[in-house]
Amino acid sequence: MEVGVMKMVNMLSHEAQGKKEKLDLKETELRLGLPGTDGEIMGKNLIMNYNGKRGYQETVDLKLNLSGMDQTDHHKEKNLQKEKTPAKAQVVGWPPVRSFRKNVMAVQKNGSEETTDKAGMGGATFVKVSMDGAPYLRKVDLKMYTSYQELFDALGKMFSSFTIGMIDFMNESKLMDLLNGSEYVPTYEDKDGDWMLVGDVPWKMFVESCKRLRIMKGTEAIGLAPRAMEKCKNRS
Amino acid sequence: MAYSFPEEVLEYVFAFLSSDKDRNAVSLVCKSWYEIERWCRRRIFIGNCYAVSPQIVIRRFPEVSAVKIKGKPHFADFNLVPEGWGAYLYPWISAMARSYPWLEEIKLKRMVVTDESLELISKSFKNFKVLVLSSCEGFTTDGLASIAANCRNLRELDLKESEVEDLSGHWLSHFPDNFTSLVSLNMSCLGSEVSFSALERLVSRCPNLKTLRLNRAVPVEKLPSLLRRAPQLVEFGTGAYSAEIRTDIFSNLVEAFSGCKHLKSLSGFWDVVPAYLPAMYNVCSRITSLNLSYATVQSPDLVELISQCPNLKCLWVLDYIEDAGLKALSSYCKDLQELRVFPSDPYGAEPNVSLTEQGLVTVSAGCPKLQSVLYFCRQMSNAALIAIARNRPNLIRFRLCIIEPQAPDYLTLEPLDTGFGAIVEHCKQLRRLSLSGLLTDRVFEYIGTHAEKLEMLSIAFAGDSDLGLHYVLSGCESLRKLEIRDCPFGDKALLANAAKLETMRSLWMSSCSVSYGACKLLGQKMPRLNVEVIDERGPPDSRPETCPVEKLYVYRTVAGPRVDKPDFVWTMDEDAALRLS
Repeated sequence: MEVGVMKMVNMLSHEAQGKKEKLDLKETELRLGLPGTDGEIMGKNLIMNYNGKRGYQETVDLKLNLSGMDQTDHHKEKNLQKEKTPAKAQVVGWPPVRSFRKNVMAVQKNGSEETTDKAGMGGATFVKVSMDGAPYLRKVDLKMYTSYQELFDALGKMFSSFTIGMIDFMNESKLMDLLNGSEYVPTYEDKDGDWMLVGDVPWKMFVESCKRLRIMKGTEAIGLAPRAMEKCKNRS
Repeated sequence: MAYSFPEEVLEYVFAFLSSDKDRNAVSLVCKSWYEIERWCRRRIFIGNCYAVSPQIVIRRFPEVSAVKIKGKPHFADFNLVPEGWGAYLYPWISAMARSYPWLEEIKLKRMVVTDESLELISKSFKNFKVLVLSSCEGFTTDGLASIAANCRNLRELDLKESEVEDLSGHWLSHFPDNFTSLVSLNMSCLGSEVSFSALERLVSRCPNLKTLRLNRAVPVEKLPSLLRRAPQLVEFGTGAYSAEIRTDIFSNLVEAFSGCKHLKSLSGFWDVVPAYLPAMYNVCSRITSLNLSYATVQSPDLVELISQCPNLKCLWVLDYIEDAGLKALSSYCKDLQELRVFPSDPYGAEPNVSLTEQGLVTVSAGCPKLQSVLYFCRQMSNAALIAIARNRPNLIRFRLCIIEPQAPDYLTLEPLDTGFGAIVEHCKQLRRLSLSGLLTDRVFEYIGTHAEKLEMLSIAFAGDSDLGLHYVLSGCESLRKLEIRDCPFGDKALLANAAKLETMRSLWMSSCSVSYGACKLLGQKMPRLNVEVIDERGPPDSRPETCPVEKLYVYRTVAGPRVDKPDFVWTMDEDAALRLS
């Protein structure tokens, strides 16, 4: 076997071009992964993992709210230094730093800097989101949003193929629809392990205490509805 | 003339043999020694869970009380092994539950452990004492709750750097009120807050507690309460080490630390507020091990702390320490044996700290007992490496990561071949080496020739041709583990040195130039090896034989091909052609 030929498969450069030459089956290959996340939308940190598997960095950068979010929110994880230097193509598993170290460093670094953008935007708070009836779960980074409305918009889009429509939580008439069981209600598990209705506490407190989200069928959320009704009445 | 030496005497003598190497040697002497030895071996080490099967182990060693098993290849730590690859613990537990009812110790590394396994462990082994899960994954805090609730004689629960799905902190509250045997608890990798009062009570009622490593969620104000209840602690890991600056918190901490006269090891220090570091100064003179690798503190504060620790043997720290801090380290800590410097900003294009090759050179000059090094930096020179090699011929582990792949000697722009060559030439006891920077085939010639004791070699983005791999495989007499990524090594060297692979534990090659055809050939030639192709692009048969495989993992085994392979792993053997069609 001619090793020289193999050398052409430019091992040492992980440019996307190189990958494409090697792998013209890329478009047709079967991969597990979130839709639309080929690497094109990554902006600054282009992840060169051509087989589509997520390295840690990619997970962090992946703006799971696939539509609607400004590109400017990419600032979230990046320290100010990076904005001055050109984007670097990153290679999977290099440098060889273990994920738990990377996690820790990212959170602490952003915490210790004075960021003028959205408060509390240091680090990521990924929580699982399940929806009754959906075949698989999703994950969202709560720190990506600044209000319940933003979160609901995102969740609505994420699960749009499964829902008729996300409940307009602030709308009393929609809440009435809830009782018909045709709508969905967002609930979350807090630090104590209790299942709560989303929306009762201030947004920041919610981000801090939310461990996972579950979008319940209206019929199951009946018990939670009365409090929501009260709350609605208080607001209007 | 035959004399018989009573078995009981031999057994008694063998009991003094603790090293597996010695026991293996003993069992080769003759059949009766083999029999006696296998009945009295209590501790088993399985370096590769697929090299042997639970059934084979149990058949040979019927009375085992401690098991240590390693699963995924090391590069799994850096996301190079796809999810679902394997290394499942369950089959081992299910077999051992039947055959080793008196098993006391299970230590695992890079295995997939489920809650089911943990529950089975907690219910099957009545005298279970030690559970160490290092870099494992697949379980949740529910599994920990089973262990806490059911293992009445548990001594050690160490989660090292495992990935645990943290459902809640309730698991800790499952230790029964009459449970008092805990000696070591390491929960530093967990995120959730545990009930503090449950933790306090646990610590209070376990008089033999020597190691307590808390998780980040335990705030610094709560530390004194725990330290006061466990003045006998030898190893302690804080939680988040930050609070608003208040003198009462500070003085409580000082007092509490002062009460711990046996503390030797400190770790934790997430979110450090430097003002609280001096609270520990009273204990620093006894400290031999310090893990500051999460402490985002600047060099001057680090230097102040380190200057209080003259007996330091082991330091893990971030590159915030900078060259200046390492200079201080080299003058204060003459007993230093191990140094690990981690990058605070591994993905930044520009250096964010003033840490260069100089820091390492200084430490190598000033610390005569230094034997183990892990160092991330952004520039290196042959001159520096040569200096390090000459200063420290007693190095045993040398892992250098120059962050930019293929970075040359920054002074001369030459490859770093001579520098690493000097390392292997001078450091004759070197057992582990990780290379980085610009390297040609030449460095491998040096390694193959000189690195006689080298057991583990990690290579990335290096070499020019098969010759490089050939030098390593045809030299390095003690080589056990070889892991390679992104190097232009291919078929020739691999096939020419196939026999070498049987003398090693394993070989990993990813993003290299090994063709599918060569893998098949290797699998056919070497029936005692598992030659596994990992390729997420679909069956290798669907591509030309000359097409390089994504990843290759080769290891010796007596268990035959894996039976639990995921759909992206193919075993190359005589039947490979048949099975793939």
